[in-house]
Amino acid sequence: MQDLTESILELIRLASTDLPPDVEAKLRQSVEQEEPGSAARNALETILKNVELSRRNSTPICQDTGTPIFYVYHPEGWSTRKLRQQIEDAVVQATKKSYLRPNSVDSITGKNSGNNLGGSYFPSVHFEEVEGDTLTIELMLKGGGCENVGAQYSLPNDALGAGRDMAGVRKVVLDAVHQAQGQGCAPGILGVAIGGDRGTGYYSSKEVLYRKLDDHNSDPQLDALEGKLTEEANQLGIGPMGFGGKTTVLGTKITTLNRLPASFFVSVSYMCWAYRRRKMTVQDEQIQYS
Amino acid sequence: MHTLTMPLSDEAIRSLRVGDSVALNGVMVTGRDTVHKWMVDTFIMKTRPPQGDDLEVYEAIKPLLAGSVIYHCGPVVSGLDTKQYRFVAAGPTTSIREEPYQGMVMEHFNIKGVIGKGGMGPKTLKACQEVPGVYLHAIGGAASLIAQTVTRVLGVYKYDFGVPEAMWVIEVKDFPAVVTMDSHGDSLHAVVEAYSKTVLQDLFTKA
Repeated sequence: MQDLTESILELIRLASTDLPPDVEAKLRQSVEQEEPGSAARNALETILKNVELSRRNSTPICQDTGTPIFYVYHPEGWSTRKLRQQIEDAVVQATKKSYLRPNSVDSITGKNSGNNLGGSYFPSVHFEEVEGDTLTIELMLKGGGCENVGAQYSLPNDALGAGRDMAGVRKVVLDAVHQAQGQGCAPGILGVAIGGDRGTGYYSSKEVLYRKLDDHNSDPQLDALEGKLTEEANQLGIGPMGFGGKTTVLGTKITTLNRLPASFFVSVSYMCWAYRRRKMTVQDEQIQYS
Repeated sequence: MHTLTMPLSDEAIRSLRVGDSVALNGVMVTGRDTVHKWMVDTFIMKTRPPQGDDLEVYEAIKPLLAGSVIYHCGPVVSGLDTKQYRFVAAGPTTSIREEPYQGMVMEHFNIKGVIGKGGMGPKTLKACQEVPGVYLHAIGGAASLIAQTVTRVLGVYKYDFGVPEAMWVIEVKDFPAVVTMDSHGDSLHAVVEAYSKTVLQDLFTKA
């Protein structure tokens, strides 16, 4: 089996230091929508300067390099045990090279492991076997500030007047954006999972964030809701950093899961503007990044 | 643009208003979740006795914090092996988690400025009026850019809290921030929160 440690290290470096083109393009569009001289516009301009500087110097866009979340889609025959080992080795090296901050803390003792390892959930690695001969590794670095403002609602929610329908979903998602204010580093990207249980709901709400910002949902009803939620969230006037302004949310991505008759969860993962996600593919030992 | 040099005078603080841009110069200290809880538990509420080097660190940080600024930041630092520390990435962390502690910490150490992101609540706003102090908002995620304003790392306390949670003593030059809570009781965060709440309620009345 091919040793991918060095290639995964490069994947981590890219994710931490080089913001994906679709996110940067969206931020550039957003600048133009804010009033010249406003705090909102200054914030976005600073953000873009930082994006350029981080790429040029190969330094982290944000000091909170977050939880490294890997989704690995492998063809038949790959050892997930070995792949996990290679991912962990790459994470340790990336920490030494200051691409990642040591972020793994023992919840009882408070001790930081210093190398971003710790138990079987740090880093977070998900494996799925796929057809074909291409191995794909997707990586997202999700910081704590935005993770903290994620929210899960159980419908019906009487306080918000949200029932078990799309209108109810709309209300709770908008409420989550309002609750977050600027604390998740607005402008954010919303990953929404409708259904599932509490665990699978949150899991899927992150997984859906691997989609490109400018793509469309294959389900026309959900596609329309994605557009509507982004547009309405931007009416809230929270703005970049919560300074007030037109750009509160850059995009919304929705997925659905089957649910139990008794449960109707809506899980919202809020991703900060520093939407650090990168992908590598391996086919015939050739490695490509995007 | 207000150019400020630490330590900050009451007069300088009172002259600052919500919306003002500032460039900070001089020595400040990083401190976030573990530090704030440690300060309050050990030296303010005294619910836990000092342990290890606690008292020594307390004496060392008191003069550094008096009249100065605490920065909610967990940096990426290079040179950990050689102790030739350099800040590689050093943007602000979300401040609201320190809301239970911040006012007490400001009063106790006479801290005049708090840098972070996302804003803070009524307890901190009250402390800003009394100390007096200001809340300075740095741009979240602008970590490489902000790290370039850190000219020197002068030292570190409580390294055993871990790199992100330790107290790093840094010298900065033209560190950029915006006043979003001032010593006159104004808070941009309260204004934006109230406005967005009105819009939300309005949206809820529509389909």
